[in-house]
Amino acid sequence: MGNSSARPPAPSGSGTGRARHLSRRSFVGYVMGGTGLVVAADLALGSAPAHALPIPSVPQVPEVYDLNDFLTHCALPTSQLIAIHVDEQGDAHFALPRMEVGQGITTSTSMLIADELDLPLDRVHVTLAPARPELLFNQLTGGSNTTISTYTPIRVAAAVARRALLEAAAIELGALVETLVVKGGTIFDSLGSSLTYGQAAALAAPPTTRQVRVSLKTAAEQKVVGTPQRRVDALDAVTGLKKYAMDLTEADVPGALPTMVCRAPDLNGTAREVRNRAAVLAMPGVTHVAVIPTGVAVRARTFGQCIDAVRALDVVWNAGSVPGRSAADIRKELRRAQLPLAVPKIGATTVEGDFVFHFRSGSALEPNCAVADVRDGGATIWGGLKSPVDAQSKVAKALGLPQRKVTVNVVQGGGSFGRKLFSDAAIEAAHASKAFGVPVKLMWHRADEPRQGRVHPMATSRVRATVLLGSVVTFEQRHTSVSTDFTHGLGERLTAEVAALPTGLANLGFSETIFLLSQELPYNFGVVTQLLNESNQDVDRFNTSSVRNIYSPDVRTANELIVDQLAARLKQDPVEFRRRHLKSRTVKRVLARAAELGEWGRPMPAGTAQGIAIHKEYKGATAVLVEIDCRPETVHRKVRDAVTGPRVTKAVVVVDCGLVVNPLGVEAQMMGGFSDGMAQALTYSNHLVDGHFLEASWDNSAYTRQWNTPFDFRCEVLESDRREPGGIGEAGVAASMAAVACAYARATGTMPTEFPINVHAPLHFEPKPFVPSVPASPVDGLDHVN
Amino acid sequence: MPQHTFQLNGETVTVDVEDDVRILWVLRDVLGVTGPKYGCGINVCKACTSHLNGKAFNPCSVRVQDVGPDDEITTIEGLADTVPGDGLHPMQEAWLEHDVAQCGYCQPGQIMAAVALVRRVREEDRAITEDDLDAIRNVCRCGTYSRIRQAIRTGADLMG
Repeated sequence: MGNSSARPPAPSGSGTGRARHLSRRSFVGYVMGGTGLVVAADLALGSAPAHALPIPSVPQVPEVYDLNDFLTHCALPTSQLIAIHVDEQGDAHFALPRMEVGQGITTSTSMLIADELDLPLDRVHVTLAPARPELLFNQLTGGSNTTISTYTPIRVAAAVARRALLEAAAIELGALVETLVVKGGTIFDSLGSSLTYGQAAALAAPPTTRQVRVSLKTAAEQKVVGTPQRRVDALDAVTGLKKYAMDLTEADVPGALPTMVCRAPDLNGTAREVRNRAAVLAMPGVTHVAVIPTGVAVRARTFGQCIDAVRALDVVWNAGSVPGRSAADIRKELRRAQLPLAVPKIGATTVEGDFVFHFRSGSALEPNCAVADVRDGGATIWGGLKSPVDAQSKVAKALGLPQRKVTVNVVQGGGSFGRKLFSDAAIEAAHASKAFGVPVKLMWHRADEPRQGRVHPMATSRVRATVLLGSVVTFEQRHTSVSTDFTHGLGERLTAEVAALPTGLANLGFSETIFLLSQELPYNFGVVTQLLNESNQDVDRFNTSSVRNIYSPDVRTANELIVDQLAARLKQDPVEFRRRHLKSRTVKRVLARAAELGEWGRPMPAGTAQGIAIHKEYKGATAVLVEIDCRPETVHRKVRDAVTGPRVTKAVVVVDCGLVVNPLGVEAQMMGGFSDGMAQALTYSNHLVDGHFLEASWDNSAYTRQWNTPFDFRCEVLESDRREPGGIGEAGVAASMAAVACAYARATGTMPTEFPINVHAPLHFEPKPFVPSVPASPVDGLDHVN
Repeated sequence: MPQHTFQLNGETVTVDVEDDVRILWVLRDVLGVTGPKYGCGINVCKACTSHLNGKAFNPCSVRVQDVGPDDEITTIEGLADTVPGDGLHPMQEAWLEHDVAQCGYCQPGQIMAAVALVRRVREEDRAITEDDLDAIRNVCRCGTYSRIRQAIRTGADLMG
């Protein structure tokens, strides 16, 4: 079933094309010829061509054409088919050309199919499609774009399946299609005779592919979409049965033994020579040792023995990509690269801020990992990959193989946060497997993750606003960042699609384009300019990625802190000031509701305060209200080996994300986005010192933990005016970070200008050694049994 | 190669493996029991949390030579069998009720830690406090912490 059947049918008389979108709710799909019922729809359905959009001339591009429009329109030139297979039991199967990393798209996709097909949710089985090179950009999971771009085509495919099943049943039952009803995957005629979907599927497959025209259900007819549904993989998750790449066993890939890489002490250092290869090969369990481009790979019976071998290796290292450099040096670079502000500073009329956002790791809890089998002139990869076509191409290039000789299987991922857009571990695993001549199961040690893994680039943001006669007349922002690596398929696509972009965008670099397409200051502040510059136009010095929500958390935090300053300058309440200046009704609604739910303005003890912030992106808007406790007894509370500090005691997130497929999933993403944003405001960073990052594990990287979590977290998903879905995976981060920063400023009376706020506090840890590159496995676990 | 025998999820298992291999790798790489996850290997992220004789422990930091034939190791795969009936453990039910998991990678460890916490406070004859919840060390990078807190309270009630 599935992908091999999902080839575009030969062009029919109606043209080859794109214009399958016949009317607002009538679409064409295909019933594929052959045995078994396979139906298909064009993955680009539902998107208007890019050139049909008005060309924006207003100051802020995202108001009319944003990153999600770009991502959605990138689907058009590829316009390939996605297929649903209905099996002999009447269950539906769909291989989603996107990557599940926890954001809930297998659940929401199942819901779309179940609803349109009138099938119970547990009879819809969504898997992840392997790399399909013909899909090009349309198999990249990013920008919170999955539901936005697949909402229509998936429903069309399901509607085609339902139509085909009904037509087959009508013939069998001797009834008209219009008289048939479907209940839970069984088709009934008006006399009570019935046929199951399984029975109908066996009759429904035509000898040759044919076109079918279908209408989609209206909102009123949808029974599943919009209802809270628990995740389809929840049972597997709580019983330990959910399989990630490293859970593939001997039965899945025979001979794929544990493999780890010994890495250089410097960021991006490389191995020159191994001095004790024979001794390490003689260690218990060790089977192979070889130099690969990113270090020295070792393969052993267990990962524990890999760790021992990595620690025993005696390697001569070449210098890294930023030898001797520290965060202060990078900050100077950023200052030098900052674009000038246009409006001069004019005494008491100017409100300004100068902010620094430090590096932070984009690591998920599942480390970088992949299984690779490179033998006999071909390669097979298994991994949690959000850009599998790019992975296929890069693995092929690394191995000197044609792309068609590389198979990339997509496995569910243990989180992503931007990390899994890149295929670093897959490429490494391919190198190691090639060097060893045997399959490998390669995993990064946790210590490698913050030290050598991809990070959110360090950035500065300079904001200057001018107030004249009680009004804000200018608002300028100059965001300066270490280069963000977009070379995971998105960058290539931008090059290819550049002609399709609205006028004025075509000449910008990748990063500037993304910045311009995603950043919007949704306030009426007179003349608004927001510009990005990057301090180094290469992506080889630092390993960066478009970490969850890309530029927005930093940009928004700088914005909202200044908005609070402007409100104070004009002696207005922060909520009232925002309400008066916001352009968008949607943003005003989420703000008002957050203020109401969070009891904005309630009396708070000294040293504690509320903070509020808004954000508009991903076809929706969020408002976050928090209460923070910065009193000394709280800041200095003791939890063993914990970074405590100010405690956010309460958080309220209100979101309008357009049409909601699964409200329970939206709330989950807001909760996660909040944990992420709060960490970036208060505790979570990478310290660059002397050419390498100091942090080496979760005891060093102070990501949000239970001791930082608000006692009271509430999320409300508003009924939206929009009938199309927005993006949710990243939408919660920016306003959360900004609200925490604003609350901290109000509680302490001092506007923070460096993030996280504890970045210059004495280190809470003793940095682990850089040689060996990974720490020893402890032996004292029995002392901590409880 | 030395042999090691211990109880795993209600069955006696014997493995041929070096004395100093940590139990996490004996479970995952030798026995193919992959519920306990690797997240740090140094006992700070708690993703591998399992039970040793009913209490939480982290197999990444215990050598296989340090457990004996009578020691009972329970991983997430065996948790449901520690309670009567064919269903899930009440804490797993609570996790489903609150739809806690996102990517799910940390959740086996979270659930095992939660069950051990409830047992501990029971022994101390008291209810779970905010401080107890604050002291849970398991990392969740998806940030499901608030739902974890709710699920633990529900699970504690369901555990009776």
